[in-house]
Amino acid sequence: MQTVLETKNVGKYFYDPEKFRVLNNINIKAYKGEFLTLVGKSGSGKSTLLYLLSTMDTDYDGEIWMDKKLVTGLNQNDLADIRNENIGFVFQFHYLLPEFTCLNNVMIPALKLGRYSKQEIEERAYKKLEILGLKDQALKPASKLSGGQQQRVAIARALINDPKIIMGDEPTGNLDSKNTQIVFDIFKQLTTEFGQTIIAVTHDNDFAKASDRTIVMQDGEILSER
Amino acid sequence: MKHKHNINSEISISYIVTNKKLTTIAALGVTIGIAIFVFMNSMMKGFDRTSTESIFKTVPHIRLYKDDETSVPLSDKHKESETIIVNPKIVPDNNVLVNPNALIKLLQSQEDVKVVTPQTNANVFYNNGKSQISGNATGINIEEANKMFNIKSYVVEGNADDLKNIQNGILLGVGIANKMNVRTGDDISITSSKGVLKTMKVVGLFRTNNSNTDKSKSYINISLAQQLLQKNASYITDINVNVNDFNNANIYAQRFSKLTGYKAEDWQAANETLMAAAKMRKVIITVISFSILLVAGFGIYNILNMTITQKINDIAILKAMGFRGGDVVRIFVQQALIIGFLGIALGLTLATILVNVLSHVYVGGDIGYFPIRFEPSQYLKGLIFGFLVTFFAGYIPARKAANVDPVSIFRK
Ligand SMILES: Nc1ncnc2c1ncn2[C@@H]1O[C@H](COP(=O)(O)OP(=O)(O)O)[C@@H](O)[C@H]1O
Ligand SMILES: [Mg+2]
Repeated sequence: MQTVLETKNVGKYFYDPEKFRVLNNINIKAYKGEFLTLVGKSGSGKSTLLYLLSTMDTDYDGEIWMDKKLVTGLNQNDLADIRNENIGFVFQFHYLLPEFTCLNNVMIPALKLGRYSKQEIEERAYKKLEILGLKDQALKPASKLSGGQQQRVAIARALINDPKIIMGDEPTGNLDSKNTQIVFDIFKQLTTEFGQTIIAVTHDNDFAKASDRTIVMQDGEILSER
Repeated sequence: MKHKHNINSEISISYIVTNKKLTTIAALGVTIGIAIFVFMNSMMKGFDRTSTESIFKTVPHIRLYKDDETSVPLSDKHKESETIIVNPKIVPDNNVLVNPNALIKLLQSQEDVKVVTPQTNANVFYNNGKSQISGNATGINIEEANKMFNIKSYVVEGNADDLKNIQNGILLGVGIANKMNVRTGDDISITSSKGVLKTMKVVGLFRTNNSNTDKSKSYINISLAQQLLQKNASYITDINVNVNDFNNANIYAQRFSKLTGYKAEDWQAANETLMAAAKMRKVIITVISFSILLVAGFGIYNILNMTITQKINDIAILKAMGFRGGDVVRIFVQQALIIGFLGIALGLTLATILVNVLSHVYVGGDIGYFPIRFEPSQYLKGLIFGFLVTFFAGYIPARKAANVDPVSIFRK
C-alpha cells in the first residue's frame, strides 16, 4: 500500500497557560485510498494532531512526510501551495464566504491553483455540486442555504482540486443523522472510486466504526488502532 | 500553473460591495482630503507666482554691483602693533564697476544666462511748479530692460519704446504722475543729488501695482542718468542678469561673484522679508494639507480593520485552502486602493471645481482676481500622495490579516 502521509516521532508543546506536552511520540501512517478516523476523549489532542498534519501548525518536533516528501521545515508559501494542491479541508463549521454564491465558493481553491481555465473550473464546480446533490443551489448565495447544505458545499469546495488527502475536524459534528450519512457515503466513494485519502477526527462511534481504520488517542498519545 | 485567475480581486470587490455605506464614507473622506490638498497647494502656487511675477517687474534675478567699502589703514607695516582706525568711513564714490562692458560680455558668455543689461540709478527730485517729490530714476537701455522686466506689460499710457527716440524721455510711475499732475506728452523737470537739472518729456506711465514703486520710480535712458550724476558713459552702478531658472539664482549669484570679484545679489536675498513670509506660508499649508490627507488615510485604515475583523473566518479558510500571506495582503491592499481611487478621482474633480470658482472671485487691490489656477503639478502631487497614504492605510492592516493564524480561528 502506498503511504501518502506519515509522522515520525511527532510531538508538541503548548506554552500557555503553562508548558505542557499536548502530543507525544506520534507515529502514524495514512495510505492511499484509505478512510482513516481519529477518535478519543475530548482534549486528547485529536484536533491538535490534525492541524499538524494539515501543515497549518508548524510548531512541533519530529517529522511529517507527505507523499515521500518531508514537509517539516518548509516555508509558509511552499506549505500554502502544498495545501492548495493536495489537501481539502472540512471543518465542523462550513467557513463559506457568505457573499459568494455556492458555485463561486467551490471555485475559489481552483482559481487559486490555476490548473484549469475559468470555464473548465466552473464546469468542474458544477459537477462537484452535483455529486453532493446541490446543483440546483449553485447560484444561491452561500448564506441562504441550510446548515446541512452549507456543509455539503464546503465538501464540494474541499474536492474541487482533486486533492490527495481530505482532512476533516468533526466534519459531521453539526449535522443530523441523514446528512451525516450522506457525508459518510461521499467520503467512502472518494476513497474507493478516486483513491483519495480521508483523515477525519470524529466523536461519532458509528461513523468511526464504518471507516477503514480508526486511531484512538489518549492524553496526546496513540492508544490503539482498530 | 497554466492559468492565472484574479480571485484576489474578486474577493476584494465583494468586500467593498458588502460594505457600501462605510466604503462610501471612507472614499468621501479621501475626496475631501485630496480636494483640500490640491486646492491649498494650488493656491500656494498661485500666491508664489503672483509674488515672484510682481518682484520681477522691477528686480532682476541677479544684481551685480560694487559693495560699499570701509576705509582701511593705508599701510600695515606695523603688524605687531594693534591698528586703530578712528572713525572708519565708507570710501566715497567708489560704488562703480570698472570696465563694465567687459563684465557684460563676460556674463553674457556664461551658461544659462538669458539677459544682461547695465543700469545706473540716480536719486532725483521730480519738480512741477512748486511741488517736488523725491524718488529714483533708473537709467536703462529700454530694449534690454524690457526683455528683463517686461516693462511694456505694465505701461498703462504712452509707449515705452519712445525712450529709444526721445533722448530726454521719461517713463513715470503713475503715482508720481498723479501727484505732479502730468500726463504723457507733458514736460517735467528733475533735479539730481549733484544739482543737475534736466527737463524731461513724459513718454508714458506705468503701474506695477506696488504703490511704493509707482510713487517713486521712473525709467530714463542710461546716458541721461550718467549726465545727472555728472559721470561719463562708463559709469554703471548695476549690471542686471536674468538666468533661465530663477529658482537657482543664488547658485548663479555665487558663481558670478567669484567670476567677477563684485557682489552678486540674487532676488531672494534682495527680498528676504517676502521670502521668509513665503516660506512660512509654505510650511503652514504643507503641514495642514498633509494632515488632512492623513486623516483621510485613517478612514481607510478604519474600514480595513473593520473588514478584517468581520472577515477573519474568510481569511482563515483562505489561508487553509492555500492562499499565501501575500495573497491576503493583496486582497486588502486592493480593497484600500479601490476605495482610494474612487476618493481620489472625486477629490480631483472637486478640487477643479473649487479652483475654478475661486479663480473667478475678484479680490481687487494689487491682486485683482484670486491668484489661483489649474496646476497640473499639484494634481500629480495629490494623486501620488493620495495613493501613498491609501496604500499604507491598507498595507498596515493587511499585514496583520496576513499573519492571522488560521488554526486559532478554527479552534474557536
Ligand atoms: N491554543 C492552545 N493553547 C494551549 N492549550 C491548548 C490550545 N489548544 C488546545 N489546547 C489544549 O490541548 C489539549 C488538546 O486539545 P485538542 O487537540 O483540541 O483536543 P481534542 O480535539 O482531542 O478535543 C486540550 O487539553 C486543550 O485544552
Ligand atoms: Mg477537537
